[in-house]
Amino acid sequence: MPDVGHTPTLRAEGVRKQYGAEPVLDGVSLRVERGECLALVGESGAGKSTLLRCFNRLVEPDAGTVWVDGRDVRALDAVALRRRVGYVPQEGGLLPHWTVHRNVMLVPWLRDMPDAGTLADIALERVGLAPGSFGTRHPGQLSGGQRQRVALARAVAAGPAVVLLDEPFGALDALTRADMQTLFLALRRELRLTAVLVTHDLHEAALLADHIAVLRDGAVEQMAPPAELLAAPATPYVADLLARARIRPDDIP
Amino acid sequence: MRVRAAAVLLVITPLLVGAQSRARPLAPPRAQPVVVASKPFAESYVLGEMFAQVLERGGWTVERRLGLGATEIAFGALRAGAVDVYPEYTGTGLVAILGEEPLADATRVFARVAEEFPARYGVRWLAPLGFQNTYAIAVRRGTADSLGLRTLSDLARAAPGLRAGLSPDFIGRADGLVGLRRAYGGLAFAQERALLQAVKYTALASGAVDVVDGYSTDGAIARYRLVVLEDDRRFFPAYQAAALVGRRLYEDDPAAVVALGSLAGRLSEAAMRRYNERVEIGGEPVAVVARQALADVGLGDSTMTAGTATASGRPGLLRDLWSRRDETLRQTARHLLLTVLGLAAAVLVGVPLGLGLARLRSGAAEGAIRAVGVLQTIPSLALLAFMIPLLGIGVRPALAALFLYALYPVVRNTYSGVQAADPVAAAAARALGMTDAQVLRHVRLPLGLPVIMAGVRTAAVITVGAATLAAFVGAGGLGDPIVTGLALSDTRLILSGAVPAALLALAVDAMLGVVERRVRPTM
Repeated sequence: MPDVGHTPTLRAEGVRKQYGAEPVLDGVSLRVERGECLALVGESGAGKSTLLRCFNRLVEPDAGTVWVDGRDVRALDAVALRRRVGYVPQEGGLLPHWTVHRNVMLVPWLRDMPDAGTLADIALERVGLAPGSFGTRHPGQLSGGQRQRVALARAVAAGPAVVLLDEPFGALDALTRADMQTLFLALRRELRLTAVLVTHDLHEAALLADHIAVLRDGAVEQMAPPAELLAAPATPYVADLLARARIRPDDIP
Repeated sequence: MRVRAAAVLLVITPLLVGAQSRARPLAPPRAQPVVVASKPFAESYVLGEMFAQVLERGGWTVERRLGLGATEIAFGALRAGAVDVYPEYTGTGLVAILGEEPLADATRVFARVAEEFPARYGVRWLAPLGFQNTYAIAVRRGTADSLGLRTLSDLARAAPGLRAGLSPDFIGRADGLVGLRRAYGGLAFAQERALLQAVKYTALASGAVDVVDGYSTDGAIARYRLVVLEDDRRFFPAYQAAALVGRRLYEDDPAAVVALGSLAGRLSEAAMRRYNERVEIGGEPVAVVARQALADVGLGDSTMTAGTATASGRPGLLRDLWSRRDETLRQTARHLLLTVLGLAAAVLVGVPLGLGLARLRSGAAEGAIRAVGVLQTIPSLALLAFMIPLLGIGVRPALAALFLYALYPVVRNTYSGVQAADPVAAAAARALGMTDAQVLRHVRLPLGLPVIMAGVRTAAVITVGAATLAAFVGAGGLGDPIVTGLALSDTRLILSGAVPAALLALAVDAMLGVVERRVRPTM
């Protein structure tokens, strides 16, 4: 597979996915420009995670097309695609029997990159963990925040242009969470990442993303930059969602 | 780990080959030993030993498989050519093997089996040895006196107030309890429990049961002064003892058949009861009693030196066990060998099978595992009996059975272990680009290893226990003294097999416990 390249764009067109009788994605179309971050928000079961997982072929749509960097993902090898796309799951998903260093080295190792160990050290430095003191520990010996830092390091170690994050900070306490959000903003800028972030927290979406897509029952209710969304909710549902989140336009950084 | 496992295989493979070549030497037919077997009770041991000694005195080399197994196993081995001769009863041949209606007339029974067996099974009956050993139903003298029991018809009337302890063999057979009920109408006891030969008379004497089945030549009948109830409706068929000879011996070695024939008509019921009593109650070695029996009928040889001739008194238990240490050590080594090989085969097949199933749909995998589990429910003796026509007797059928018993826990735990191993980590590894095979190899397998090892440990303990049954198919091991001890009511002999077997199970479990902790990944 050719390199994803320097101008990655994510795009979904008319994506449908059905489990049993209920459609989970009911014709979703959206795009993410190079270097931008899109937040997917909505209630549980709205299809946020399912949509996210279409971009690295963990989910195969029943209909519609998904492009990564202008290429239909169905034309790409799924395993090779996943090695080119960073991924941070809920709860970190670190391999408990591997050291922190080996965990972070995972993707460079899978891609047979010659300097995998060095890449892991660099990634650990980037998330603020000294490779010397943290590299030899096991995930069980870390705090929840440290584990999510390792998960972030693992997602970016091989230098992907695209990163997918599935409620990465949902399980953290408020202070740790704020630290992680700051860290993520810094990483995005530094590495010029294109990112899709699933969150149920509108404050987090407004803080971290360039665009917010509100999903409802598998369809995009509204997609707009945070300020525009807050100023002009397109539907009563979006207005209601904003009201329940007690979020106001001056919350935008 | 892998290197060590390979080393173990290198060590045990020549042992296995050695064990098999010892069971079936590749020598010319004349030099091949005559395999003499018996069923697992005292009289059969004595008769088998008499056959063996008669042959040995005639210059034949004899391989003893005494106590090999009940009718199905002993006869199966004879038909398969794994055994050359064993003592059998004409009535058993007629009813249990030919499946015909029982007959009370001894001459007609012998004529019938002598005619049918060569054509149907390729085995021949030699002329009967002279005594009958038919089923006997016995009660304590006190029970007989207080209830006025003299005949089986009397017993049928009193049965609802009595508890019966019957051998499993007798309960299931057409010429046993089933037929007896038909002949005497009802015979419904207040309680019926299956008791082994070895404990039946003790249970009767101690009052735990009121009625037992036995054989008319049992030594214990005299010892406990039991009353044998008269078979007034002539139900029990004639049970003449005779040598049953396999095709190879009959066709290739007529001289051996003639030598065995010299015993025909020589043994009376009274004499046989005496020999049985000396073995069952006196605890005398079978070889000594058999030699005495041969001397009594004029076939003795006073200059014979083989076997242990000293039977004067019994030494203390510990000294007794100590004096058997070489034997015990050899049996333990054989037992361990059977266990290790059966278990190794189960691991070599079971772990890959479990891993393969982990990649199937869960419904299909569960179905396959349940099918393996069904093997576990086959009674072990039945499984061994199935194996004989396919694999003969000796190490091979025993290993096949041990393998099948050990398979289920290994497959089940391998499957469950890798399925349950940290699903979040496994999903994340896949999302970051591990192939399914890599997820299995690097995530599920190492995380599931403790559960897999726990399954291997369970299988190992099961195998140590099941390997005692290997004695029933002549594979040796610690089951040998247990089976012989049960047959001869020799508690010490039973202990000399049961105690090392229990210790072996504990040792194997402890050892694998250490391995299980070692393979637990650092987290």
